[in-house]
Amino acid sequence: MGAAGDAVDAAADPAPAPGGENGGLVVAVASGKGGTGKTMVAVSLALSAAGEANGPVHLLDCDVETPNAALFVRPELTRSREAGLLVPEVDTGRCSSCGRCAEVCAYNAIAVVGKQVLVFREICHGCGSCASNCPEKAITERLHVTGLLEAGAGAGLSFAQGRMKIGEAMAPPVIRELKSWMLSSAGPAAKVILDAPPGTACPLVQTVSEADYALLVTEPTPFGLHDLRLAVEVVRDLLRIPVGIVLNRERPGGSEAVQRFCEEESLPILLRIPFERGIAETYSRGVPLVEAAPEYRREFLGVVRRIEAELDR
Amino acid sequence: MKVVITARGSSLDAEPSPVFGRCPVFLFVDPENQQLEALENPAIAASGGAGIQAAQLVVDRGARAVITGRLGPNAARVLEAAGIEIRRAAGRTAGEVLERFFAGELSPLDVAAGPPGGDNGRGGGRGGRRG
Repeated sequence: MGAAGDAVDAAADPAPAPGGENGGLVVAVASGKGGTGKTMVAVSLALSAAGEANGPVHLLDCDVETPNAALFVRPELTRSREAGLLVPEVDTGRCSSCGRCAEVCAYNAIAVVGKQVLVFREICHGCGSCASNCPEKAITERLHVTGLLEAGAGAGLSFAQGRMKIGEAMAPPVIRELKSWMLSSAGPAAKVILDAPPGTACPLVQTVSEADYALLVTEPTPFGLHDLRLAVEVVRDLLRIPVGIVLNRERPGGSEAVQRFCEEESLPILLRIPFERGIAETYSRGVPLVEAAPEYRREFLGVVRRIEAELDR
Repeated sequence: MKVVITARGSSLDAEPSPVFGRCPVFLFVDPENQQLEALENPAIAASGGAGIQAAQLVVDRGARAVITGRLGPNAARVLEAAGIEIRRAAGRTAGEVLERFFAGELSPLDVAAGPPGGDNGRGGGRGGRRG
């Protein structure tokens, strides 16, 4: 049994994940529009929760294309692991040019031209259909490394991040492996904060999937509201994950549209952060909000309590 | 020699299509037996790898030349592996393009530089990836 077989076995028998009666909690901090303040919120949320928790609080930076949470946590990264996906390698000696692999590939990542089998590695999703359908057993799967996972600790948090290799196009396999690597060792009672990538496409979906709760960070601008609507559709309506809102960069009298939206959709606004130059300045120096302004710790803890209450933990 | 022209309709009067992977129709023409076959392009709906799927189709049908407006590096890799000629279409109708091809008037087509790994049907705009 090769690497592909091992991967199947791992999926069939995963270690228990955080959640439920054990007091564990997985909260994803996402947005829609980029730049609304996800990392700022995720870091401060984790730091605040760590002060009160019985066990370690885990912060996972799932924005594997541009991870930046480490700038605030300044972790010592002691463990690492390569992440990637299994791509096909064809033994041309065994290949009969039947073309079955190209037929079954849902992503058009293989073409068969006479005796040549052309694999398009960047489009391959690592699903293994080609290998399992090959009548000559001519295809083996080899790990194509697309990113690096690193883990360690800093600022009282257990920390991990993924970082994609430059030139690679697919974030979800790296995010998936980051989550499975960390969540399987975190145990069922762990509190986990996921710093999600921006947007509402595959990387977001991969990050938020199976989270207990999603905090959507937004700003009171037309673009912010536009993308918040999309995020609510994907996270709450499609993925069926409960949603709460953090309204960042709030200005007096400037948030009518987003407030109205939240009321209409019954979305609780769990935290409001004002539009203050000082907050932006400390952020730009790599200082977490709750470190520069400790009065926010209570607010972030309040968010955790409300989430736990809503989930009945 | 069977050739294929990317087109916007199913006859030789149709306008040529400027793209390969997501053209609406492939017109296969075999002048030796006067055969014309119009095939609706299944790759037009592919979420990714449309050029590869289209090229595989063309290879499987035994075309020796592709005449189109532009195609990307993924499609080119498949067509070149099959030794298929790639020419730049010029003409108002597919019929005109065909005439010019057999008169030797069409120049070879330079492969368009696409994003590595394809663009998953999102075209040139870069706004799609972040949702």
